[in-house]
Amino acid sequence: MKETIQSFLKDKFPHFISKEEEILTNLPTFFLKPEGIATVLSALKTAPGIELNYLNDLTAIDWLGKKTPRFEVCYLLRSGNKSSTRVQFRVALEEDEQVPSIISIFKGANWPEREVYDLFGIRFAGHPRMDRLIMPDNFQGHPLRKDYPLEGFGQDYLVEDLLTIHLKEDMEA
Amino acid sequence: MYEKTAEHFSLKQKKLPEGHLLVNLGPSHPSTHGILQNVIQLDGERVVDAESVIGYVHRSFEKLGERYTYNQFLVCTDRMNYVSTPLNNIGWILAVEKMLQIEVPDKVTYVRMIVSELSRVMDHIICNGILGVDLGAFSGMLHLFHHRENIYQVLEKLTGARLTTTFCRVGGLEKDIYPEFEKDVKTIIKGLRPAIEEFQSLLVNNRIFMDRTEGVGGISAEDAISYGYSGPNLRAAGVPWDIRKDDPYMFYDKVDFDIPVGEDGSVLHRTLVRMEEMRQSLRIVEQLINGLPTGAHHADIPHIYLPDKSKVYKNMEELIYHFKLIMHGIKVPKGEYYMATEAANGELGFYIVSEGEKSPWRVHVRRPCFWFYQSFPELVKGSLLADTVATMSSMNVIAGELDC
Repeated sequence: MKETIQSFLKDKFPHFISKEEEILTNLPTFFLKPEGIATVLSALKTAPGIELNYLNDLTAIDWLGKKTPRFEVCYLLRSGNKSSTRVQFRVALEEDEQVPSIISIFKGANWPEREVYDLFGIRFAGHPRMDRLIMPDNFQGHPLRKDYPLEGFGQDYLVEDLLTIHLKEDMEA
Repeated sequence: MYEKTAEHFSLKQKKLPEGHLLVNLGPSHPSTHGILQNVIQLDGERVVDAESVIGYVHRSFEKLGERYTYNQFLVCTDRMNYVSTPLNNIGWILAVEKMLQIEVPDKVTYVRMIVSELSRVMDHIICNGILGVDLGAFSGMLHLFHHRENIYQVLEKLTGARLTTTFCRVGGLEKDIYPEFEKDVKTIIKGLRPAIEEFQSLLVNNRIFMDRTEGVGGISAEDAISYGYSGPNLRAAGVPWDIRKDDPYMFYDKVDFDIPVGEDGSVLHRTLVRMEEMRQSLRIVEQLINGLPTGAHHADIPHIYLPDKSKVYKNMEELIYHFKLIMHGIKVPKGEYYMATEAANGELGFYIVSEGEKSPWRVHVRRPCFWFYQSFPELVKGSLLADTVATMSSMNVIAGELDC
């Protein structure tokens, strides 16, 4: 499977391959440039013999102090016909860079992309609703970043804000 | 200090047409079975639009995982899908064991599989039983709950806890099985089989239940795959994927069982798939319990599995291992691993990035609920308000798993 995808990528999208880094993992991994992710995934979804039509997982890693660029967004895909083969695609990002959203290719990318934005602060361009998903709307910072303290910044502002928001809502109603 | 940029719900920003109504189903509504909110736009009794708001029980397990040791994180997995706890424990422990490349004795795997399958039955009992309750049929749940209690009692004897079992340890089980384990499991199977048939004839084959659920909240196979469905909900839509068959872990390639498949992914088919899965799970348990091997309940790897306490008091070696394990934890070699197991709700994946420290650099949990629940607005659009309750209930949304 790895060779098939590798030759497919080298054949059709050589300009989107970013680097070949060896990592110890049980998944065949490919590094892509941010601008190419949507094109490559939509091509692989229908490519005969590959057909990676199932978005298995979407997450990110913060490599603060270990690697540059700092963030990596990981797309885990699997083929519906040979469901045991999982393939990972990775996009390395600097702090303010954006990745194209893949919501038009996989409907299920909606919440995971919002979750990654919520917890890491990585924005997905073209997502219909790039809001927080899990944390409260008035939460400050992105908790899964390595420089966010484990115990948090304190939540006094959250309670105050929530109180005023609800008061306003009640008064308007 | 803080300025609110987005309204909390996009539905609230919309200007509602004349006569339309916004209804909050939740955050704490009897039919949500946990703290999660659905905002539903109604025209009369028909659903025009819907939106789910999650995050009420978010506890930042992924952040905690970066601080805890591998065995400590086990208590977090207990609190994810709290209806079938051991399945989460086993998923996490298998991922760590694969990273460490250690083998456990056959007996450990057998017991893990038996407990997995019993948990799956427990989970399906909740889902199907409570679906009946949400539709106004109470007695079906009571018939099965008695047997669920029996499973809980076995778990209690086995682990010392009912809900938060913390069942496994890296390299084995927390403690050995108790002497009557075999007998108890056989009694459960004997009692559960007729109870499932009884439940089927009492509730699922009931005309009223069928009228309420047939063709309600259905999803096509393509849409289900596109949304990242897995588990019984995906199989109900007609896709025969099961990690136990496709990518066997433990001894699932050695036992005999079938994968039930539905047709249109509706509430009725989800219920039927779960009913059949319960029967298949019992079939697996029966095969395993008859061939349960004897032996130790953990691998003999002193730098990974905590040594016997009586030896710690007498021998220097064991004392050192004990100290190292308690103070510094298990050192997992540098690398990354994605381990997927078939939990009761579908594919439960643990993605671990290790830098060789006592705790992982990054933990990610791929929880099945999170992926399939985002399709909820699409499933209920155009249906009646009462059907949304049936749809949500039959998807088996567990708030603890959704938020993680």
